[in-house]
Amino acid sequence: MSEVPSSHGKRRPDRAALVIAPVLFILAAVIWWDAGRLAEMSNYSRIGPATVPHVVAIGLALLAIWTGFEAWRGDFPEREPIEIQPVVMIVAGLAGQMLLLKTAGFSIATGVLFALTAFGFGRRKLWISLPIGIALSFVVFIIFGRFLQLSLPAGPLEHLFF
Amino acid sequence: MGTFEFLLQGVAIAAQPMNLLYALIGVTLGTAVGVLPGIGPALTVALLLPVTYKLDPAGSLIMFAGIYYGGMYGGSTTSILLNTPGESASVVTALEGNKMARAGRGGPALATAAIGSFVAGLIATLGLAFIAPFVVKFALSFGPREYFALMVLAFVTVSAAFGDSTLRGLTALFVGLGLAVIGIDQQTGQARLSFGIPDLLDGIEVTTLAVAMFAIGETLYVACQGDRIPEKVEAVKGSVWMSKEDWARSWKPWLRGTFIGFPIGAMPAGGASIASFLSYSTEKQFSKHKDEFGKGAIEGVAGPEAANNASAAGTLVPLLSLGLPTTATAAIMLAGFQQYGLQPGPLLFATNPQLVWGLIASLLIANFMLLVLNLPLIGLWVKLLTIPKPWLYAGILLFATLGTIGANPSVFELGMLLTFGLLGFAMRIFGYPIAPVVVGLILGPMAEQQLRRALAISQGDVTSLFMSPIAAVLFAVAVLAVVVPLILRARGKGEVLSQFAANED
Repeated sequence: MSEVPSSHGKRRPDRAALVIAPVLFILAAVIWWDAGRLAEMSNYSRIGPATVPHVVAIGLALLAIWTGFEAWRGDFPEREPIEIQPVVMIVAGLAGQMLLLKTAGFSIATGVLFALTAFGFGRRKLWISLPIGIALSFVVFIIFGRFLQLSLPAGPLEHLFF
Repeated sequence: MGTFEFLLQGVAIAAQPMNLLYALIGVTLGTAVGVLPGIGPALTVALLLPVTYKLDPAGSLIMFAGIYYGGMYGGSTTSILLNTPGESASVVTALEGNKMARAGRGGPALATAAIGSFVAGLIATLGLAFIAPFVVKFALSFGPREYFALMVLAFVTVSAAFGDSTLRGLTALFVGLGLAVIGIDQQTGQARLSFGIPDLLDGIEVTTLAVAMFAIGETLYVACQGDRIPEKVEAVKGSVWMSKEDWARSWKPWLRGTFIGFPIGAMPAGGASIASFLSYSTEKQFSKHKDEFGKGAIEGVAGPEAANNASAAGTLVPLLSLGLPTTATAAIMLAGFQQYGLQPGPLLFATNPQLVWGLIASLLIANFMLLVLNLPLIGLWVKLLTIPKPWLYAGILLFATLGTIGANPSVFELGMLLTFGLLGFAMRIFGYPIAPVVVGLILGPMAEQQLRRALAISQGDVTSLFMSPIAAVLFAVAVLAVVVPLILRARGKGEVLSQFAANED
């Protein structure tokens, strides 16, 4: 089961990858536990709603063990260093949009997402990117919400015009 | 009625003015989104699915098919001019195409890719029209266990057979299968893994998952790498027209690519990347200009691009005739059918022939439109490549969330989008493939249904699954598809397989 070999000769346990194994195992346990409380309806064939969840849970548990083994041997491909700050900005943008959507409406909420994503990629001037984002989202709102009749939530800005 | 009459009927449907308009909108959007770096056909189709929500089924599927083909065309432009393949199947195109562009031969490279795609699309779509009815006839003899075996085979080829790790492929698949369990059980009506949350009773939307993993996961991944990879768009210098020599060197690779790509796409064998790699090595063998390979050989663009598109059309054979998606893109297209309550498969050919044949005919028409869109208007698409990264990815996220909000404007749905986006990001960091998750999610419930039917018929006897010759053969192939790559990788021959990773097509 050798993976693409790592370029630096020595293999050490891959700690980050080692975390994946228990995560998969917990996932398997949750699926198994949930399947256990399902009522078996068709008894005569022993096949019911719990069958497939049980199979999936067993599969995940086995894969968890295999993952632990490979991570211990350091068989996972090498990862490049990661910059956290851009990721945080983009996740903040998505969370901001999610929370603002109902109150501020589609254009403003999505404008926030747009501006924070651009920030994450290095455009730090929010006073430029936020208006651009809101204007672009508003155009999208008109095209998709008005012409293609998608139900996009309207907020104060949209109510000004429609 | 024979295939030919059906096809003519389909052309009549597809040639209605409204349907032509839908096809035109589809190919234009598909090309535009497909050209953008980092967006492959799977994401293109997932992003644009909501655009079609309010149309009638025929119109929206026609638009959809246009988006699919357009996305395939657009991807080649990106790989030639930017050296960042928009899709995994275009990796090879980037090898030679980008070298040609750097040598100032970007025009002919784009032209041979576009014309090759056209030739391949045309032949392969006709192939689809003539082969699909035979597959349908064959499939009518399939019972639940044969379908189950077929789906197991599809699972295995998508997850374990190609890519760089059996373990990670299978893990991704089982995560998808686990997600597929969420929601109300189709047969007993019991809620599974819903934890009392009403939003989860309907299960997880394929489009939400696909958009989250491909768009948000990819954006986060690109963002976390900072400015490490400088990108340079090669200007298209000189004419896009091919010289006489270019034509002479291109036409055979187009045809060979088509005949390599179509069968590979039509088999549940993991998608377009395999076809384009095979075509590349074939052209390298046949070429009289072997020394040019690696420095910008036109054959190395013509063949793989044709193979790529032929295999895209081939993928539609199992999708339409069996209801079996074998790539992430096909899985999302299946979701597109299902939003209208249509289930592709043998029955669809019987109950809704106008729709199926209208769709196939519109693929032919879309192909002509794409040739026109991609050659004279190439300058327009090239401009899209010059959008600075911050605006590009901000825009991608705008449209990614637009689709989800349009389908279901709830905070919960956006929360799932974010959660799966982070999952996709984490998977990408650790080298897990994404496509098996998507295919597992959509194919999981279908496989479960067939399995339970088969076992109900046999009164719970598992061995009966292997008692039909067709099912037994399919299971045997599936086992081989796991074991053989495992042995190959253990012997250190895994590099070949990792090149074939069917990640995003």
